[in-house]
Amino acid sequence: MDGSRRDFLKMCGLFVLAMGLKPVARAFGMDARPQMLPAPEALKARRWAMVVDLKKCKGDCTACIDACHRVHNVPTFDDPRHEIKWIWREKYADAFPSQYHAHTEENVKSKPLVVLCNHCDNPPCTRVCPVKATWKRAEDGIVMMDFHRCIGCRYCMAACPYGARSFNWFDPRPHIRQMNLDFPTRTKGVVEKCNFCVERLAKGQRPACVEACAQAPNGQALLFGDLQDPASEVSRVLAARFSVQRKPELGTRPQVYYIV
Amino acid sequence: MYDAGKIIAALLLFLALVGLPIWANLARGGSRPPELEIGATEKQCVAPVEYMRKYHMKLLQQWCDAVVRDGDRIYVAQDGRRYEMSLSRTCLGCHSTKKGFCDRCHDYARVTPNCWNCHQEPTKENR
Repeated sequence: MDGSRRDFLKMCGLFVLAMGLKPVARAFGMDARPQMLPAPEALKARRWAMVVDLKKCKGDCTACIDACHRVHNVPTFDDPRHEIKWIWREKYADAFPSQYHAHTEENVKSKPLVVLCNHCDNPPCTRVCPVKATWKRAEDGIVMMDFHRCIGCRYCMAACPYGARSFNWFDPRPHIRQMNLDFPTRTKGVVEKCNFCVERLAKGQRPACVEACAQAPNGQALLFGDLQDPASEVSRVLAARFSVQRKPELGTRPQVYYIV
Repeated sequence: MYDAGKIIAALLLFLALVGLPIWANLARGGSRPPELEIGATEKQCVAPVEYMRKYHMKLLQQWCDAVVRDGDRIYVAQDGRRYEMSLSRTCLGCHSTKKGFCDRCHDYARVTPNCWNCHQEPTKENR
């Protein structure tokens, strides 16, 4: 060995310096590695919410339901026990059981109204999921579903007080009328529900039901926007008109509001 | 050793039986990886071919997590090019034949990924 202790220490110092360069290079973008980014055209909000204007919604129109089912490959089962529900029609007495009474206005009582996942601020479904296949997205409050992770235990279905979740008892593919390539189908044994069109928001489009409703004859019965933004359409409408939520007494803080 | 003849004969028989698939394959002239129909319209995949061959399943899992869990949809490859992270649109939009590309190799390797239980192959009807 002809190296002195001094040489050895010099080499050690150089090595430590070289190791320190790597994070510096990365910070300045000199170290190219693949990145994953949100699409620049994505719609963003701090709290997505929906307003259903029952004054405008006609009970016999199914434009929103048809659009949703087409976009999300929702299968059609004739047996109501196997039905897959994302957005569907419900009787007033079933949607608002605590508001309903024997002398409810006839027009309100008889007209079916659209219901969907309420994307609660305090969702009971996400708390019971043992595999985190469903969770509330921190940035905008959407109650998300990861079909890859769902093990089909159906705890979330038991926890949801709105019946917004459905289980695939059968392979849904043969029951899908028209396939949409941009959204996966589901498979037997997973739970599904409305996702507030998270895949469309990511591409800068509004939810399919809202778009379809805007083009329907009566139109504009479904409004969608950011409740944290006081200038948004939903915020202004809710500030100006009387609205109700489904089963607010349960403390789930639902984010679908109804103008009756 | 007692009964050495019997033991050795039994061992040989055991090896012959256990290795039967291997011997059968060797007798048929060995097995070769299948020729794949790449069917690609682009010259360059999202990552180098060697990497894709070994680790495409890992990359797809990362894409899946990024899109579903984090809401990120754009993949910026090492060379700076941007892709939409979509199995049906991006991967199969370029590799035009799932049968000749994905399935042929998966069949050879005897693996059954469950991607296609839910994700769809582009066809004339659903495009």
